Order: sequence, then structure tokens, then C-alpha cells
Amino acid sequence: MNVSATIRPAEPRGGLQSYVTGALLALALTLAPFALVMSGASGTNAVAGIFGLAVIQIVVHMVFFLHLGRSDQRWNLTAFVFTVLIVGILVGGSYWVMYHLDHNMMPMTME
Amino acid sequence: MTSELLTVETVRPWIPPPSPQIMPAEQSEHRSGAVTTVLGFWVYLMSDCLLFAALFATYSVLGREFAGGPTSKELFDLPYVLAETLCLLASSFTYGMVMVALKAGDRGRVLGFLLLTFVLGLGFIGLEVKEFVRMIGEGAGPDRSAFLSAFFTLVGTHGLHVTGGLVWMAVMLVQASLRRFDAVLPIRLTCLSLFWHFLDIIWIGVFTVVYLAGAMS
Repeated sequence: MNVSATIRPAEPRGGLQSYVTGALLALALTLAPFALVMSGASGTNAVAGIFGLAVIQIVVHMVFFLHLGRSDQRWNLTAFVFTVLIVGILVGGSYWVMYHLDHNMMPMTME
Repeated sequence: MTSELLTVETVRPWIPPPSPQIMPAEQSEHRSGAVTTVLGFWVYLMSDCLLFAALFATYSVLGREFAGGPTSKELFDLPYVLAETLCLLASSFTYGMVMVALKAGDRGRVLGFLLLTFVLGLGFIGLEVKEFVRMIGEGAGPDRSAFLSAFFTLVGTHGLHVTGGLVWMAVMLVQASLRRFDAVLPIRLTCLSLFWHFLDIIWIGVFTVVYLAGAMS
């Protein structure tokens, strides 16, 4: 019963529509941060903006190109979520540790 | 029954619909083999993700240590990077078209889009190599500063992956033109599609963290 359900022909999975939608969204999400930086934006808000757009674009690629996140892809999603956790610890942790190290290694001012 | 359901369901959207001439028993055997292969390849990609995470972490720590040499703002040419980015994004889309054609069983379109993807990927690598040659010519090689060491390691590792993907794609072009569209070819093309889309996702991180943030500082 489950196997017959898997070979239903008319499913929209991985179809043309998904790739076209994904490509258009990805194009917009690529051009926006480039336009932002090339127009001379800077500062914390601009950095937060381009990082936010990058995260959105990664999600767009995951959903429309890799078709991740559907209820029938539990193990791929599980592996992915675990990877995100490790990447977060690795990148965030490195940055945190090095920032504090840098701070503590600052030349002392004269008393 | 439950485990069968779990594994078959897991990567179902990536497996092309079976061709009608394959017998049902043979078919389900092929499908569960395909599911294991594709899930295994996905796990490899996740471990590759950790490799890149380490390189990104290194870059984010060293990315401002210019050692009196050229800064990221002086070196990066954003319109050029945008051209690279669009090449890779377009190739990701054309590889999607390979998968659509594969599901339709259209060999001509599979080969056509595979070739187009290959050319776009080659264009990306060509642009990247040209950029590296220019930078090294300007005295901004990987030995100049910690920033440049981290830059060449991160961007170069991505470039090597793309080059590896191109070699794989060349092999698939030959196989797709010679082999019949049996159970094996779709699995290989599906794994390459995961690899290719994955590299495009890594590139989003590269152009944001390295080029855009670097050009702003």
C-alpha cells in the first residue's frame, strides 16, 4: 500500500515549477544584497541585512532545489538539523572564544 | 513493514518514477538500494558541510588580519563576483532541468542540460582562477597575510569541489549518452544533483561572508 503510494505519477515533487520558483527567488535574494553593498551601505544593520538574506536564500535552495523539509524526508532532515547544530557550535563557538581571547590580549593601559 | 516505509519514504522525492518495463519486485529492490545510496551520499555532504564550517570559522577569525597588506575592500571586485555567482546559480537551475528531463525519460534534454550545466560550471571556475591569478600577480597571494591564507583556503576548497563536480559531470555526460536509462544512472545523476546544489549553497555563504562583508568593511 505504501509502495503503491510512492509511485503515484502525478506528484508535483521536484517538478519544473519548483525549480523555476526557486531560481527566481534565489536570483532576487542574490541581487538584493549585492545591490545593497554596491550602493555603499555599511554598518551593523547592513551586515545583519545581508546575513539575513543569505539565510533566507539557503532555505530557498534547500526547499526548492533539494526538496528538503517535506514530511517524507525525515532522515535527511534529521541529518541536516544535526549538522546545523554542529555548524552553529563550531562557527559561533570559534568566534566567541576568539573574540574574548582577543579582548583579553589587548594591551593593558598604564595604571 | 514500518522500516520499509521509513526508508522508501525518506528520499522518495529524489527518485525518478520507474520506467514501466521494470517489474514491480525488481523495482522495489532498486528503489530501496537507491534510497540507501542517496541517503548515504547526503550524510557525506553533511560531513563536507562540517569541513566548510571549520574553514568559515577560520576565515571569520582571521578575515581582518591584513598584516599591513591589501585589505579585502581593496581586493574584491563585486561586479566580477556577481558574475561568478550568477554562473553558479544558473548552473544549479539547469541541473534542476536535468532532473526534470530525467524523470520524463528524455535522453536528449538530459544530455543538453547536463552539457549546459557543465559549461556554466566551467565558466565559474574560469572566472575564479582568473581572479586568483590576478590577486597573486598583485602580490596578494596566500602567503601575504592571515586574511589571504584563510581566503585562498576557503574559496580554493570550494573551487576544488566544483572542479571535482565538473569531472564527475563529464563522466556522467559520457554515461548518459552510452548507458541505457536503467536503475543505476538515475541514482548517479541524483547524487551529482545533491552535490551540485550543495556547492551552490556553500557559495551563498562565501559571497556573503567573504566578498560582501569584506567589501563593506
